[in-house]
Amino acid sequence: MKQILINLERCLGCKTCELACAVEHSVSKELFGAVCETPSPVSRVYVEKGQQYNFPLQCRHCSDAQCIKACISGAMWRDETTGLVSHSKEKCVGCWMCVMTCPFGVIIQDRGAKIALKCDRCPEREIPACVASCPTKALSLEGVPFYAKGKREEYLTNFKE
Amino acid sequence: MDKNKYAQKSIDPATQAMLSKAEQAGVEVAWERLEKQEPQCGFGLLGICCRNCNMGPCRIDPFGNGADKGICGANADTIVARNLLRTIAAGAASHSDHGRDVVETVLHAAEGRAPDYEIKDEEKLLALAKELKVPTDGRSKQEIALDIAVKAIDEFGTRKGTLELLGRVPPQRKERWEKLGIVPRGIDREVVEIMHRTHMGVDTDYVNLILQGMRAALSDGWGGSMWATELSDVLFGTPKPHKGVSNLGVLKEDEVNIVVHGHEPTLSEMIVRAAKDPQIVEFARSQGAKGINICGMCCTGNELLMRHDVPIAGNFLQQELAIITGAVEAMVVDVQCIMPSLTEVAGCYHTKIISTSPKAKFPGAQHVAFNEEKALEIAREIVRIAVENYPRRNKEKVFIPAEKMEFVAGFSVEAILSALGGSLDPLLNAIKEGNIKGIAGIVGCNNPKIKHDYGHVTLAEELIKQDILVVETGCAAIASAKAGLLLPEAAAKAGPGLRAVCEALKIPPVLHMGSCVDISRIMVVAAAAARALGVDICDLPLAGAAPEWMSEKAVSIGAYVVASGIFTVLGTVPPVLGSSNVAALLTEGAKDVVGASFAVEGDPLKAAELIVKHINEKRAGLGLA
Repeated sequence: MKQILINLERCLGCKTCELACAVEHSVSKELFGAVCETPSPVSRVYVEKGQQYNFPLQCRHCSDAQCIKACISGAMWRDETTGLVSHSKEKCVGCWMCVMTCPFGVIIQDRGAKIALKCDRCPEREIPACVASCPTKALSLEGVPFYAKGKREEYLTNFKE
Repeated sequence: MDKNKYAQKSIDPATQAMLSKAEQAGVEVAWERLEKQEPQCGFGLLGICCRNCNMGPCRIDPFGNGADKGICGANADTIVARNLLRTIAAGAASHSDHGRDVVETVLHAAEGRAPDYEIKDEEKLLALAKELKVPTDGRSKQEIALDIAVKAIDEFGTRKGTLELLGRVPPQRKERWEKLGIVPRGIDREVVEIMHRTHMGVDTDYVNLILQGMRAALSDGWGGSMWATELSDVLFGTPKPHKGVSNLGVLKEDEVNIVVHGHEPTLSEMIVRAAKDPQIVEFARSQGAKGINICGMCCTGNELLMRHDVPIAGNFLQQELAIITGAVEAMVVDVQCIMPSLTEVAGCYHTKIISTSPKAKFPGAQHVAFNEEKALEIAREIVRIAVENYPRRNKEKVFIPAEKMEFVAGFSVEAILSALGGSLDPLLNAIKEGNIKGIAGIVGCNNPKIKHDYGHVTLAEELIKQDILVVETGCAAIASAKAGLLLPEAAAKAGPGLRAVCEALKIPPVLHMGSCVDISRIMVVAAAAARALGVDICDLPLAGAAPEWMSEKAVSIGAYVVASGIFTVLGTVPPVLGSSNVAALLTEGAKDVVGASFAVEGDPLKAAELIVKHINEKRAGLGLA
């Protein structure tokens, strides 16, 4: 299964992914329309500044997802066909257990502050909006083995003369 | 590749053919570079990124999840307004600096320091002298021109505190500007004041900022641009209607092709003259060419075609394509709208890019510094470089598209008056009677975000169908030239009322009024019409449109056209939507302030509906059916 993976050196902190995510989750699905909508659409990716790197962080869709374990209403569940951690608006009771157990802080409140909100990996798109929008290609959607191979190759350049 | 792909990029068959050639040759052009830029930065598109101080860069989250202020505390309204003002400043500066160059050429010609230039239009010189109260009795044209040039140069400073040509503005309009405090005081001053006001910690009030933007824009429209037009006419002749030919098909397979590209007429006029020199023509023959073919591109092309029988090779998005024909010996450039990519494209062919302005150098180009004191000599040198380059042309790489189209251009205000028999009355009567419903100015650039020429041509066709006379300048006018709309026969495409008027006067339904600084000509007609009817410009059935605009100059134009009282429809969205207050001011609030506003509509058919509706409302306001 493919994951959204990040090349840390490449993130310039421009927040284009945040805009693209909000636009993808708007009614009009285009920027100029989205900024005029009420309520405003909400991004589910967060560009945070770390000690050394900027980091565009969104739901990691963990294999052993603490949010699913903690959810009392069954709103947070594993979609076995896609392998993603999904969230059912209808079932969510707004207890925020998922928010507390998520180690990354990438689950937030919806605009109305009644239910939880997180990355849905853009079900209507082949490539998630954040990945597609990144001007430096810091975000990619790929299999972990491919990403790891890239990292190994990058590491081996240390041994060049 | 399928032809359809190119048809999505341009409606012009010559452009489509050249895009195919570019792709086969692996030469990258603007459309591909747009694809590589997509998706474009949302903060930039919305105008909510601020780089005005080094606490930043700051940006506002348009969806209200993140920062709603910059570090200094500026909110989206302030940031959007400040950015818009700096855009206007750049646009007004560009037009006005072009104007200054023309004024200085007149000054130097009058002083005898630029011997290759003469005062060609004495009639216009005398008319200007009368308007500016410059004495003429018993004085030579040089003496008169000198006084006028000095007066014009003073316009750029702040000594006088007001602009001379504002005397043309209808009194109602000027009163409105006085009440708002937006009468321009000096051309350079307003641009400088924008840069001051948008500095960190100066003007924060978006309304106050936008008003200064209008004042600076007015200093362009009724100052810098207008001087460029007036004194270009004095130096090189006021345009009169005549025939010409347009599109890439004007390049010749067996002649030395020189494309003059950019904006100012001072050098290109000399190149036209130099290329006629029998010695240089003989030299071209010795190099195996049958002659020398000077063609225009963009507004340099417009300046030339308004006054000479010089063909125009294309508009903004065709500049790279002209080189890709493989048949251009030299592209001579001065300032504005010259793509930095040209030298790279030229590197794939034998074409020499010759830069000429000390203000605009291009790495990879050959620089031949232009100096008006030795204008003709330098022009001859440039033509010689081009001729010497002819034998290097690789015939296997040459493909010139067949498309070319005749047009009639040269509709200066004077020419329009002459066609009408000396006064605006026949035109005003046609408007009163409803044969002509109104007048729309279509101006501006090309922008690969809009299908090339589609915005211009579709809007013009739609408006003439509805009996609206269209006047054009810039790349919009070149689009219409290529589409055949600038021919008297195009009257057949007009509604019955406009058609009858055009056929009676033997004029096209779309009038080419010149380069982008010549939008001042449109302002002069609008002001004269308002004066004749005793109303304000905003009461007239007029509209403006920039369907494919891209440049900062276009923003300045839009701002002075609206501030002058003319409703204007933009085809691409300006970066203001990050502030709903600024957007509302420009599209609604401005009506109460200057009597006109902007609209944004990317679909030219819908833009036409907006314009027709507006014109009908204005007709009703004047009590016309």
